Amino acid sequence: MNELLRDLSPQVLGVLIRRGAEFAAAEDAVQEALLEAVRRWPDTMPDNPLGWLVTVAGRKLIDAQRSESARRQRELRTGQEPEPGPTEQADDTLLLLSRCCHPALTPSSAIALTLRAVGGLTTAQIAEAFMVPEATMAQRITRAKRTLSGERFTRPGEIGAVLRVLYLIFSEGFTGEVDLAAEAIRLTRQLAATSDDPEIAGLLALMLLHHARRSARRTDSGEIVPLAEQDRALWDAPMVAEGVDILQAALARDRLGEYQAQAAIAALHDDAATSEQTDWPQILGWYDVLTRFVDGPVVALNRAVALGEVEGPAAGLAVVESLDPALPRRDAVAAYLHERAGNLTEAARLYAVAAQKSASTAERDHLTRQAARLNAG
Amino acid sequence: MKYLLLKHYRSDHEIAPDGLVPMDQWTPDEVAAHIAFMQRVTEEFQERGEFVDAQGLSPEGTYVRYDGEGRPPVTDGPFAETKDLIAGWWVIDVESQERAYEAAAYASSAPGPGGRPIKEWIEVRPIMSEPPTVTE
Repeated sequence: MNELLRDLSPQVLGVLIRRGAEFAAAEDAVQEALLEAVRRWPDTMPDNPLGWLVTVAGRKLIDAQRSESARRQRELRTGQEPEPGPTEQADDTLLLLSRCCHPALTPSSAIALTLRAVGGLTTAQIAEAFMVPEATMAQRITRAKRTLSGERFTRPGEIGAVLRVLYLIFSEGFTGEVDLAAEAIRLTRQLAATSDDPEIAGLLALMLLHHARRSARRTDSGEIVPLAEQDRALWDAPMVAEGVDILQAALARDRLGEYQAQAAIAALHDDAATSEQTDWPQILGWYDVLTRFVDGPVVALNRAVALGEVEGPAAGLAVVESLDPALPRRDAVAAYLHERAGNLTEAARLYAVAAQKSASTAERDHLTRQAARLNAG
Repeated sequence: MKYLLLKHYRSDHEIAPDGLVPMDQWTPDEVAAHIAFMQRVTEEFQERGEFVDAQGLSPEGTYVRYDGEGRPPVTDGPFAETKDLIAGWWVIDVESQERAYEAAAYASSAPGPGGRPIKEWIEVRPIMSEPPTVTE
């Protein structure tokens, strides 16, 4: 039943919002309706669960508005009562997502609100995934709703902000009971089903093409395995195939964007049977495309790796050395290129420096092992 | 991004740029105002949805280490209060390093003698996170 409620809750919310209900009030009403379903469905399962939830949530919304009105000397606010109407989930997904990812919200608030209002996760599950107390996550969601309060949302907003938030949820990865990467894929899939925007498809492809490598990315004891050393037999071939299909269909629409370019890079890596067979010239070409959309130091750093493979490590190093020394992973990339150039002492030194600066323990341990490997000769 | 805001306990002058009279020599009202402010700092983090943890530590600590199979642990201390000790911490989950610094500066503005901000140093340390999924 929990699975069913999770699937239905964003649909119910979407119906209320589309009918003009205010976001925060609608979200509260949906939560109350879900609680009532949990109490009553085990005895009497309704024939039409979605219709039941829409009716109950609509009633809760009216109740809330009535008591609100009572507090305001019965100043009746008309126009907020949901009218009966057909459900149109397709349009609602984008509508809901663009509310939850509103540019007025900070990234962490948008992520929390998206997972709760569209993902249907409980506050406790979201709190667990981000390793913060439940009260803190509840407060974050309350503040996010307050930021959005008063705004009526009947038309979808900026798609770029939505894709950015979904990408952030994906790259947060797996941290506990809730699989955030899978959740991001589920939401992006829902969104892709409602729109033929090739960047939505590009993001979905990007997620699938990376998610397919998940079981190869770490050893059983949690150590990082770099792409070149991953056991490619562990990659999820059907997932790669699906990602490639989605990407190809998106590229055929001839409206390139950053997510399609990133997905193309991932697809070329996934396509190589061994790391030696990687088509680096094509990857470099896609980095040049990506640079047209995202011209930042992170892309420049990743491009330097590809350049190092195509034109030799010295060419890659020349680019790396022109980048800000404070850029995360810069020293790690420089160490890798120095090792390929045969400067083992400098590579070992830089791996150790990179380990010192690393922001994650798994990465720090990985870089320390690289330094130790070179130092041991 | 999670950050640890460390509050040190030092009886010497290095704890704050203007030096600091030990708290037991403040007036009871000054002590009460200081403690109330610290409580407000925690509440502010909670209200903003940033709070992860807050703890105070007993000032007396002991160093302990392994001394070989079958032997009892070696202990050293407890030490006198002149050493640099950690008095307590907050852990906050914030959007940026800039916000972490702002939060630490707010905690450092706690009132002391005469109600003036004591401007004690707060140490800000990033907490290690998971590496990003997409690195290519």
